[in-house]
Amino acid sequence: MRAVLEPALRRYGAPLTVTLLVMSAAWVLLMIALPQLLMVDYSLRPMLPPSKLGGPEDVHTLRNYGTLWSNAIHLGIFLKTVWGSALVTAVTLALSYPMAFYLAQVAPKRKLPTLVLMLVVPFWINEILRTFAWYIILAYNGPLNALLVGLGVWAEPVRLLGGDGGVIAGMVYVYVLFMVLPIYNAIETLDRHQIEAAHDLGAGWIAIHRRIVVPHAKPGIAVGCIMTFMLAAGSYAVPALLGGPQSRWFTEIIYNWFFEGGNWNQGAAYAFILLVLCVGFILLMMRLFRVGLTDIAR
Amino acid sequence: MSRDVALDRVTMRFGAITAVRDVSLTIGAGEFFSFLGPSGCGKTTILRMISGFMEPTSGAIRIGGQDMRGIGPNKRPTALIFQNLALFPLMTVGENIGFGLEVRGVPKVERHSAVQRLLDLVALPDAADKRVTELSGGQRQRVAIARALAVEPSVLLLDEPLSALDLKLRQHMRAELRAIQRRTGVTFIYITHDQGEALTMSDRIAVMNHGVIEQVGDGASIYDHPDTAFVAAFVGEANRFAGTVAEVADGIAALDTPVGRLLGRNPRGLRPGDRAVLFVRPERMREDGAENALAARVSHCDFEGAFVTAVLETADGVRLQVHTPHRGGALPFPPESAARVGFCAGDAVVLPPGDAA
Ligand SMILES: Nc1ncnc2c1ncn2[C@@H]1O[C@H](COP(=O)(O)OP(=O)(O)OP(=O)(O)O)[C@@H](O)[C@H]1O
Ligand SMILES: [Mg+2]
Repeated sequence: MRAVLEPALRRYGAPLTVTLLVMSAAWVLLMIALPQLLMVDYSLRPMLPPSKLGGPEDVHTLRNYGTLWSNAIHLGIFLKTVWGSALVTAVTLALSYPMAFYLAQVAPKRKLPTLVLMLVVPFWINEILRTFAWYIILAYNGPLNALLVGLGVWAEPVRLLGGDGGVIAGMVYVYVLFMVLPIYNAIETLDRHQIEAAHDLGAGWIAIHRRIVVPHAKPGIAVGCIMTFMLAAGSYAVPALLGGPQSRWFTEIIYNWFFEGGNWNQGAAYAFILLVLCVGFILLMMRLFRVGLTDIAR
Repeated sequence: MSRDVALDRVTMRFGAITAVRDVSLTIGAGEFFSFLGPSGCGKTTILRMISGFMEPTSGAIRIGGQDMRGIGPNKRPTALIFQNLALFPLMTVGENIGFGLEVRGVPKVERHSAVQRLLDLVALPDAADKRVTELSGGQRQRVAIARALAVEPSVLLLDEPLSALDLKLRQHMRAELRAIQRRTGVTFIYITHDQGEALTMSDRIAVMNHGVIEQVGDGASIYDHPDTAFVAAFVGEANRFAGTVAEVADGIAALDTPVGRLLGRNPRGLRPGDRAVLFVRPERMREDGAENALAARVSHCDFEGAFVTAVLETADGVRLQVHTPHRGGALPFPPESAARVGFCAGDAVVLPPGDAA
């Protein structure tokens, strides 16, 4: 704290420093902390008609959180969301790691700008449109079915939309950059001589990746996994567009509580359960990859 | 077991650049062999071809008689010590040294004893559990050597491994490297642009320039009998006089230079009328005017303890260096005085101009 304050005091003087501090604190308090606290409060009260607000039934209770455990369908969707997000994260990692390695260590330096641009350009289009592209690709009469039928993989078109497969493929596509970039950044800092030294000492490609590249890229992999998992778990557009009634996502349930059921209290409780899940995932990743917050913030 | 390394008409091109041109030589088993040359002359390229990171554009490399084409770095009986060492920073010293054995599937217990043996060899017996970052430059150097020796290579390749160290440590490590080489009997191929390093450590030296081997030989023959102007100028110091050959007789050439006619050995068989340069080492210059006498003025004279270095200038503005051993008494070349110096024809060599460095 002192380390931050002293240079600021020297640089801006006391009045300006105090003003800046007060303004940042006000921002954090009013725009971030307060609304969240209100939501916490909502989630801990039962939904009551306006006439009973402040009455004897308006007490703090954990009942809203309990709903999830008593509702088998919701619990099933919650668990599927956890499992699905983990799967999206794993598939995205499996696709991104080779890409990131290629970009960072193999691709000729002069081709790099083009390659990175090709990777980034799709992300200038917003998530809904990107998802919609997959809606078209995966359609019953769409190009993918036509291609696979043409190649003789399938005898006749297959329903690709409306199931978990479509949702997961769509999410992998929509979030892949959030995995590639942190891993690329990490691998990029690896001295190529380290790889060569390992190779020279007799290591094959698997050993080089297992002992040299992956350990070096760990913080990047952790960041990529955390981002992808949180984006996937909190995704609304992709399951709404590419999924169907059988492949609902937990965010859709939360949405329904808020805007269709009109039960904000219940919705808030579900939203916090999702938040706790994500925080839990972050901690798990940090454990798994043995990285600290400072490594991640790097 | 050490093996010999043969380069047979090896050429390496990168697009329009020819980094190594038609190099042929054989490095004997158990030899300490150095490549010496200025920056960019293709030394690293040769080493990377021997270790298998690059395939030559043309020509063949044989180790122990076996053609290495198509054999990757992980399958060659060589180990490379990189210019920046490339130790693995996320591993301990012990893990670094044991890495080559680990990837070969050597069990942990055996690995431990091998690592300890190597740590003893490089005089770091207690370093196994240290982090690489905790070590000094010289200690890292030794870890790199131990790591390379762990895989029991037949040929150890070293790319300017001492260039990052300070002078004292560098001199110490020279002796150490030489001792390790003798103890292990492994063929060492050493790269450097530091002639002192090459001369003190090597059995033989190849002097390179612009991708070409100019001369191969032991230190004394390269120093005393340079084949080319580049070698004469690059290895050690030399006074030089450019001119035209006037006459030749009995292996001696007379060269007409701006300071007069000078005599020197003529190993390349130059003929009258050829342009040439005469080289003579500063320590072969004498205070009395011998066969080749020159009148000059002393510009300055540095006392360096064991010897005295004087810089002289002739009337035509040619600078001369003279090293003389200090034997007590008054210093020989008082500044601003006139002096007569000279050298024997046998101590000088006349060579075609080439591209003298
Ligand atoms: N991968 C490469 N692609 C293109 N040119 C290269 C490559 N590697 C080396 N060169 C060129 O080949 C020449 C020789 O390079 P090399 O690295 O062998 O020199 P060196 O003698 O090791 O120099 P230094 O003492 O500076 O390390 C240089 O002109 C260099 O630019
Ligand atoms: Mg080099």
